[in-house]
Amino acid sequence: MSDTHAQTVAFVRETQIPPAPPPASETGVVKWLRENLFSNAANSALTIAALAVIYMVLQNTLPWILNGVWTTSSLAECREILQGKTGACFSVLTERWNQLLYGFKYPSDAYWRPNLALVLLLFAAAPVLFFDLPRKLLIFTAIYPFLAFWLIWGGTLMVPVVALLGFAAGAAVFQTFGKSSFAIAFFGAIAAAFAVWIAGGMLIPEGASENAWLSPVPSRDLGGFMLNLMLGVTCVSLSLPLGIALALGRQSDMPLIKWMCVIFIEFVRGVPLITLLFVASVMLAYFFPPESTVDLFLRVVIMITMFSAAYIAEVIRGGLAALPKGQYEAADSLGLDYAQAMRLIILPQALKISIPGIVNVAVGLFKDTTLVSVISMFDLVGMIRGPILASTEWNGVYWELLGFAALLFFVVCYGISQYSQWLERRLATDHR
Amino acid sequence: MSTLTDPPNESFRLSMLINDTRYRSLTFQVIAAIVLALCIWYLGNNLIQNLRAAGLNISYAFLGDSAGYDINQRLVEYDSQSSHARAALVGVLNTLLVAFLACITATIFGVIAGVLRLSNNWLVSKLMAVYVEIFRNIPVLIWIIIIFTIMTAVLPGPREFRGDDATSSMLFDAFAFTNRGIYTPLPWFQNGIFESASMNWLLVLAGLGLSWVAAHQINAWANNKQEATGVRPKTLLPVLAAWLVPFLALTMIMGLTWEYPELKGFNFTGGIKVGGPLIALWFALSIYTGAFIAENVRAGIQAVSKGQTEAAAALGLRPRRVMNLVVLPQAMRVIIPPLISQFLNITKNSSLAIAVGYADITATLGGITLNQTGRAIECVLLLMLFYLTASLVISMVMNVYNASVKLKER
Repeated sequence: MSDTHAQTVAFVRETQIPPAPPPASETGVVKWLRENLFSNAANSALTIAALAVIYMVLQNTLPWILNGVWTTSSLAECREILQGKTGACFSVLTERWNQLLYGFKYPSDAYWRPNLALVLLLFAAAPVLFFDLPRKLLIFTAIYPFLAFWLIWGGTLMVPVVALLGFAAGAAVFQTFGKSSFAIAFFGAIAAAFAVWIAGGMLIPEGASENAWLSPVPSRDLGGFMLNLMLGVTCVSLSLPLGIALALGRQSDMPLIKWMCVIFIEFVRGVPLITLLFVASVMLAYFFPPESTVDLFLRVVIMITMFSAAYIAEVIRGGLAALPKGQYEAADSLGLDYAQAMRLIILPQALKISIPGIVNVAVGLFKDTTLVSVISMFDLVGMIRGPILASTEWNGVYWELLGFAALLFFVVCYGISQYSQWLERRLATDHR
Repeated sequence: MSTLTDPPNESFRLSMLINDTRYRSLTFQVIAAIVLALCIWYLGNNLIQNLRAAGLNISYAFLGDSAGYDINQRLVEYDSQSSHARAALVGVLNTLLVAFLACITATIFGVIAGVLRLSNNWLVSKLMAVYVEIFRNIPVLIWIIIIFTIMTAVLPGPREFRGDDATSSMLFDAFAFTNRGIYTPLPWFQNGIFESASMNWLLVLAGLGLSWVAAHQINAWANNKQEATGVRPKTLLPVLAAWLVPFLALTMIMGLTWEYPELKGFNFTGGIKVGGPLIALWFALSIYTGAFIAENVRAGIQAVSKGQTEAAAALGLRPRRVMNLVVLPQAMRVIIPPLISQFLNITKNSSLAIAVGYADITATLGGITLNQTGRAIECVLLLMLFYLTASLVISMVMNVYNASVKLKER
């Protein structure tokens, strides 16, 4: 063939040309810019507009942050140092750091107690959040609520110990009778727990808290970001079992139980949290026995727990509804009773589907704990709007304080949502 | 050979109540009913005893008493002599106003951010992701306070508009942005057909309703024509005419004029005053909920499978028609249900108005009225009743709409 070529064509290249490098506009940064930022006129306009927005934001905030003053004791001193330049007065954060975190009444020599409780919380939460850790650690998780209560509120150690013993007695009774009949075990456990609590309550001597090792702190002295964290953690952990119970109740064939759950859930979801907090602050006291004084913290915990339980119940109901009917029938055909079927077959799958929703509710709930500032509890927002902004030294330091509050909440909430995404990937056992 | 016998006719034993599935659910329900009744009796008994101890009773008579406080932002006539019920009505209307406004703007913000987050433009999509994450992860109460602070701290006071060397000036001589609120021109009719201004506005609304019917008819006619001949007649001009001609004619006849806000003394008078708290609340709710709606919109669009877009393109549809005729109608089915719950959230979150002093129902009935009269139980119950009704109505209306767009299956 090459022979004939030589006669018909003037020139034949015998070797292949080495591949030329792509043109500059098709490689590296330039290509990326062309494809992602300037692919057509509209896109270019959008890019320029976005750049303008970013520039405006940075132009206004960067000098403000970089010129920030950290070491003065009042706004007037701050202004003196800045001399009219733009700059933040971050010294409000350093000066009022303890108030922002613990409120203004928590005894300052006891700050180590909530700090320790927070550190221990990380250990207690770890085995729940990460399943690869040894299961033995769950024992500490079970003890943790009582330990944290004792650390934060102080007082005599007898109270949390009796409470813990009551739960332990209930669990023991449940373990013993659980094999034969769920109902007997369940009601027996409740009875045993109450028996221990009542007996233990009589054993605690009057005034035991006065000279206890940890000085008692009344709950109206709790405040700051600590209060937000405590409300968030307590209410989420309490509302999860309640929410599961409500969701199962709503799915139940027993009309009375079903309608009780439906009415509760729809009522709570139909009203804003703030009205429930009003109930806690002004109305709930009327429903307790006349001589008792249930403190505001407990009343708020009750209402917020009810609130988030209703939302969690709806999320879990979605998870239950998403399970194929065959799972229920398979559990029945294996001869499992209701409690076994739920515990071993249905709930593990339904909860797995509901994780993103539950985490959404948890994040929303944690953000909603700021609403307690409206009923004059001094959480982080309450501290900022009340004692700090009203003080003569810091009257007018809005940006630094609100920015700090926003940052704290952002870090926690963003962290939780990242964890939930990790958990979803981790639990994805189906093949895709 | 086997014979079929009747199952042994067991006599009823007490243990069957808990072990026999025929009776067990009945047992549980009876227990639940007893527990419920005991709870109600216990709580009710405590309530009665506490009320008796405090010398109180449950009565709604206080609603007729004179309220004795002023409300700045109001849609109906109200003064400090009006009754508590009237104050509650002002609050209800204010709640509905801010919820309605915020629903509209939040949807707009959300749709724009959601679509832009899917944009090919890397910078824009990242910017939208930052917007969504920042607003979703910070409590709405903090946003409301921050935006209210921006309004009061950054915008000039009315006094800065005064004098020859005023530091601020009105936009187009018609809009004044002050730290007390925004003042806009007020339209009114010089020679209205009716005495009262609201009747005249109702007339204009009726005219617009007629226009809507006419535009609908024109569209239907064009659809029929297209079905029959395959060619769609141009409808832009007739539809525009149907909307504009009656409106313009009505306003011309009644002599529409604008009352401009003017600086008199220490403050602006005339025009419409949109108070600072309303604007802060409105903007904060829309931009916060907009972030959630953006995620719903993004999920909805991503739920439409790529094959649908490709099939539409293969049929020769232009990108815009692919979006309008194929992607959006299917995405709407995924978007609408979460959108409903976002609207409900806006309505419920509007109760945070109390933090910036906007006189919504929570601030009037649940705030000042409650504190003045001390009728905690009655006020909180009325408050809950209102929000429950509002939630039910909104979800009903939206469910009707949802049913009309959802997939019609056999």
